Amino acid sequence: MLQVTNLEVVYDDVALVLRGISLAVGPGKIVALLGANGAGKTTLLRAITGLLDVHDGEITKGQITVDGRPIPRKSPAGIVRLGVSQVMEGRRIFAELTVEENLRLGAHLNPRSVKENLGRVFDLFPVLEQRRRSTAGYLSGGEQQMLALARALMAQPKYLLLDEPSLGLAPRLVEQIRDLIVAINETGTGVLLVEQNATMALSIASHGYVMETGKIVLDKPAAELLGDEDIREFYLGTKSKSFKDVKHYQRRKRWLS
Amino acid sequence: MDELLESVVRGLGRGSVYALLALGFVIIFKATRVISFAQPAFMLAGAVMVTYLVGPLGFWGALAAATVLTGLLALGVERTAVRPMVGRPAFVVAIITLGVDIAVRVIVNAYIGNDVRQVGDPWGLSRVELAGLIIEKRDVARIVTAAVLVAALFAYFRFTRMGLAMRAASYDQEAAMAQGVSVGGVFAVSWAMAGGLAAVAGTFVAVGENVDGLMWTIALVALPVIILGGLDSPAGAVLGGVIVGVLQELVAGYQSHFPWLGGNISVITPYVVMLIVLLVKPYGLFGTREVERV
Ligand SMILES: Nc1ncnc2c1ncn2[C@@H]1O[C@H](COP(=O)(O)OP(=O)(O)O)[C@@H](O)[C@H]1O
Ligand SMILES: [Mg+2]
Repeated sequence: MLQVTNLEVVYDDVALVLRGISLAVGPGKIVALLGANGAGKTTLLRAITGLLDVHDGEITKGQITVDGRPIPRKSPAGIVRLGVSQVMEGRRIFAELTVEENLRLGAHLNPRSVKENLGRVFDLFPVLEQRRRSTAGYLSGGEQQMLALARALMAQPKYLLLDEPSLGLAPRLVEQIRDLIVAINETGTGVLLVEQNATMALSIASHGYVMETGKIVLDKPAAELLGDEDIREFYLGTKSKSFKDVKHYQRRKRWLS
Repeated sequence: MDELLESVVRGLGRGSVYALLALGFVIIFKATRVISFAQPAFMLAGAVMVTYLVGPLGFWGALAAATVLTGLLALGVERTAVRPMVGRPAFVVAIITLGVDIAVRVIVNAYIGNDVRQVGDPWGLSRVELAGLIIEKRDVARIVTAAVLVAALFAYFRFTRMGLAMRAASYDQEAAMAQGVSVGGVFAVSWAMAGGLAAVAGTFVAVGENVDGLMWTIALVALPVIILGGLDSPAGAVLGGVIVGVLQELVAGYQSHFPWLGGNISVITPYVVMLIVLLVKPYGLFGTREVERV
């Protein structure tokens, strides 16, 4: 179980961006984390993976545990060793390196099983095998997202954190990525799927959280969230651009009730 | 014609030393986005260490030991003076390295004293005839040593786990950290490498001559060299070093034909070349635009 309890995060010593977040990803589960831009989703992933320091952020309260063990603070490597890998927002592949070099980097802490893991990810992403000697920057957007996923898998994580993997991809590619996430999950990897594309995320998740300005405002089985009216309206519908503009009062009332 | 080719060989020898120094600057810059002005001190320190170690260890043994020791010295400097400054503006860190440079040189100078210190190399100023050219052996030694080191370094960056991690961290530090790469480790290895390279460069500057407290000024030529080659390009550092070295020797060889330019025009050649290149290619011959954002 990847468990976050009462987490508070502050940037630059002043900006309180996460205000007591609690969530859990069971082993082998897919959990969706939804929320508008700026809600704090990426910040949560940074907190879990020890990357807050780079952004002058700090955990001021709360706890993160992986299978009962507290994560080492400020040690991204230690967290990868505990079995948590992240695909960062915007893919962040090493564009100047080759596909295979990117994958080898994913196995930086797991150098003994590079061969075995290369085989595993090439089975899952045959296109990467075809292009293993190409410069990663020349891959298409969809291929780059696959490379980012594959790179994270090279560490054989127990929990995989995905930050908006569908961002900027055409609908057909979004479907492909979704199917790949399911395939990865079927090998036993727990997935925390951060998305703005709620349809996609909730269609494969077992549980979902909705986050707003640093707080979890909804916490329900994915099927129930899919049926939720407000969620539908904001994330699935086309009526309005901003969640805040939608029936703000009613929504508030319902969530507080 | 022979005169020209002999100048070119001398230039390659000189350029080899520049290339090693410039590589050190570039390796640190790629890792930390800071230009370390401590390289001249490491260069001097390495050469002085060789003068002390050459008695018991012989030239190559002393060179190897001094390279390792200077690498460790650089590592120590990185840990104590530079690492605590991570996150400060690059300018601040650069000034700190400048302070380190002066401090280390003052200490090293005390070990030079008024003695005539030599690195005890096997070549001195002896010459050899190669394909009809009269060539100084020390230039051949410089070229071969630099070529071997450059090849080894490029293989390291290409094939080893840490080398790959260093390239990745240079491209996207946070993404590299997310893979479990220790950025502190990358900084440390980069500084150690740069220190070791400076030690070799310093020793090969002093080959056939005395170690002189002022020889650190040669390291300053590495600055136009890296700007010429591109701050973030190891290949550019090597090529830039060779180009500047050769041009300097050619200008030195032929400046008597242009007396109106004065007698020391070769000294400013690197800067003139740098200026011309920057007018045409603002990021150097091999630099990437990326650097601009820093
Ligand atoms: N490095 C940072 N320094 C200060 N504030 C930040 C930083 N990164 C993000 N924030 C702020 O934190 C809030 C949450 O951002 P983020 O976690 O990126 O949200 P999301 O991923 O849900 O879009 C935003 O208000 C954003 O402006
Ligand atoms: Mg985000």
